[in-house]
Amino acid sequence: MPHPIQLSRPVSRGTRLPGRGDSQAGSEEVPWVRSLLITVALLFAATFLLMPLLNVFAQALVGGWKFYLASLLEPDTRAAIRLTLVVAAISVPLNCVFGLAAAWAIAKFQFKGKTLVTALIDLPFAVSPVVVGLLLVLIFGRGGFLGPWLEEHNLHILFNTPGIVLATVFITSPFVARELIPVMQATGSEQEQAALTLGASGWKTFWHVTLPSVKWGLLYGVILCNARAMGEFGAVSVVSGHITGLTDTMPLRVEKLHQSATAASSTAAFALASLLALLALLTLALKTLLEWKQHRDFARAQQAPQSFSAAKSGAANVHVIQVQP
Amino acid sequence: MSIELRNVSKSFGEITAVDRVSFSVKEGELVALLGPSGGGKTTVLRMIAGLELPTEGDLFIRGRRVNDIPVQRRNIGFVFQNYALFKNMSVFNNIAFGLKVKKWRKPDLRERVHELLGLLGLDGLDKRYPHQLSGGQRQRVAIARALASKPSVVLLDEPFGAVDAKIRQELREWLVTLHNDLNVTTLFVTHDQEEAMEVSNRIIIFSKGHLEQIGTPREVYEEPVNEFVARFIGVLNVLELKVSEGVARVGELEFPAHDRPEGSTLRIGFRPFAVQVSPEIAAYRSRAVLRHTYFLGVMLRLELELPSGLIIRSRMTKEEYGALGLRDGLDVSFMIRRYRILRGENEPLSQEFQSGETTFSTFGAGI
Repeated sequence: MPHPIQLSRPVSRGTRLPGRGDSQAGSEEVPWVRSLLITVALLFAATFLLMPLLNVFAQALVGGWKFYLASLLEPDTRAAIRLTLVVAAISVPLNCVFGLAAAWAIAKFQFKGKTLVTALIDLPFAVSPVVVGLLLVLIFGRGGFLGPWLEEHNLHILFNTPGIVLATVFITSPFVARELIPVMQATGSEQEQAALTLGASGWKTFWHVTLPSVKWGLLYGVILCNARAMGEFGAVSVVSGHITGLTDTMPLRVEKLHQSATAASSTAAFALASLLALLALLTLALKTLLEWKQHRDFARAQQAPQSFSAAKSGAANVHVIQVQP
Repeated sequence: MSIELRNVSKSFGEITAVDRVSFSVKEGELVALLGPSGGGKTTVLRMIAGLELPTEGDLFIRGRRVNDIPVQRRNIGFVFQNYALFKNMSVFNNIAFGLKVKKWRKPDLRERVHELLGLLGLDGLDKRYPHQLSGGQRQRVAIARALASKPSVVLLDEPFGAVDAKIRQELREWLVTLHNDLNVTTLFVTHDQEEAMEVSNRIIIFSKGHLEQIGTPREVYEEPVNEFVARFIGVLNVLELKVSEGVARVGELEFPAHDRPEGSTLRIGFRPFAVQVSPEIAAYRSRAVLRHTYFLGVMLRLELELPSGLIIRSRMTKEEYGALGLRDGLDVSFMIRRYRILRGENEPLSQEFQSGETTFSTFGAGI
């Protein structure tokens, strides 16, 4: 540590020592500051995360177990659950393929416009989901770009499952790619080249070498992608048309049940919401597990010798002799 | 011919990494591609493997033009600098990978893998994963993997770069033994001239994308074609002299330079072996102090300091040193028996000049 911080004096913005991040400074803080920070963080988490989550389950079970199950098995709710599963089952694999292809291209090749592609991948994160929905309406809607052609061929994209899938695919497209790019960049392409020299085809190389080396990152991305695909509200809301029993996904159904004023439907809304909350908890648990596994694999990879300090003997053996004055 | 390159060039955009290189490697040879980092030698190796495509020129492996043959079908074994072992596979599966891809029968495959494990001293490690191996073991697994499906050519990229000095020495000796046993054509890249000299039958020297010289270790050492090679292979004393009245001088040293323009600079080079040292002050004309002796095993390197501060390196055997009764701090006399005139990095060297003591004295008297 080149600049030891004086622990007795709180480090304020003005006196912060150069070349030192806030997070690092925090680790050397006085005990009471540390306790305070931890308390604040825990209080925040409890108030804004844990309490609402528990409340969802409490509200869902207000009418007892029987009512809870009955409200989930209600036909329109079942249709919503089915639609959500179908949409996730289509969009997650699609984004898996897209994510792998995009990450591969970005991590292993040099090409013009790479920065642009990398930025474009993040676009769905930057755009409000409602805008995404509106964009789809502009393209596939009756007065939209492709509207007349679709009508001619009797194809229904909007207010139908394809529209919902499109919206979901767009919204969730960054997850897999974003997880894979750093993993693939860290792995490099030498293992793939080795496989090629051993006679493996491109496909075999991908299947036996590339995929296993990114499997945890891929799963991590898939899980996040899936959670978002099932939970997406904004974009789906714009393109779904809210046809009960047909184009309502779980989040849309939750909202609809919640909007209708009866106490029973409100409880049913919480029952369905509790399913989404469970999905979130499961996602978090899996995410933590995968993070740990990925970390372990990475640590192992780091044990491989990274550099070498072999003498550049060519230069070392040249002796230009000079006369000292 | 096992490998042949004819006028092969490789450009990456504006940069020419390899410039019209031609050479051939005979069946069963062990050849080093030697040169400073960035000299284009790894690119040459990768082109032979098919991992890079030449911009121009023709590549042949066992007489067949392979320019258009993809890497998978060139039947080469490639050992990467950092081994590139499949980290998700055990040692057994790493070595078996190429055989599985080529659809070897299970029993044959098992037999071949165990044969290689034995040959490379990896017995009992077949179930380990790469992260559970030492650097030297990883290296040997990488070589076993490359050898598994009996390639016609083995290519190694800086094979000993990533292991420490002691293991490097072991691996070198072991590579020579292995090559003698298997007799498979082997081409390896190195930037370490000592490694190239010790291991290979022939050395191909590269610099800045150009092939500088091909020859046996002895040829490139004793008959370097230009200054670059002379300086890169072994130790070379280089003197920069000023010409005045037909004599080139630096410090106390003088060399004849009748045909040189007044005031010009003359550079000469000589091997430490060419410096003859005697403990008798009167034996030779030039005087120096034996500043330090470096023990390099059988050979010793002597550092002579002239009164003017010039440092010259000499080399001799331990026996010679003992017989002469030399020791550090002793006043000695010396002479430079042979030297060459250096004309610039890539210019051919002059023939060797003999500078007997007679020349020296005649020379001194003439002024």
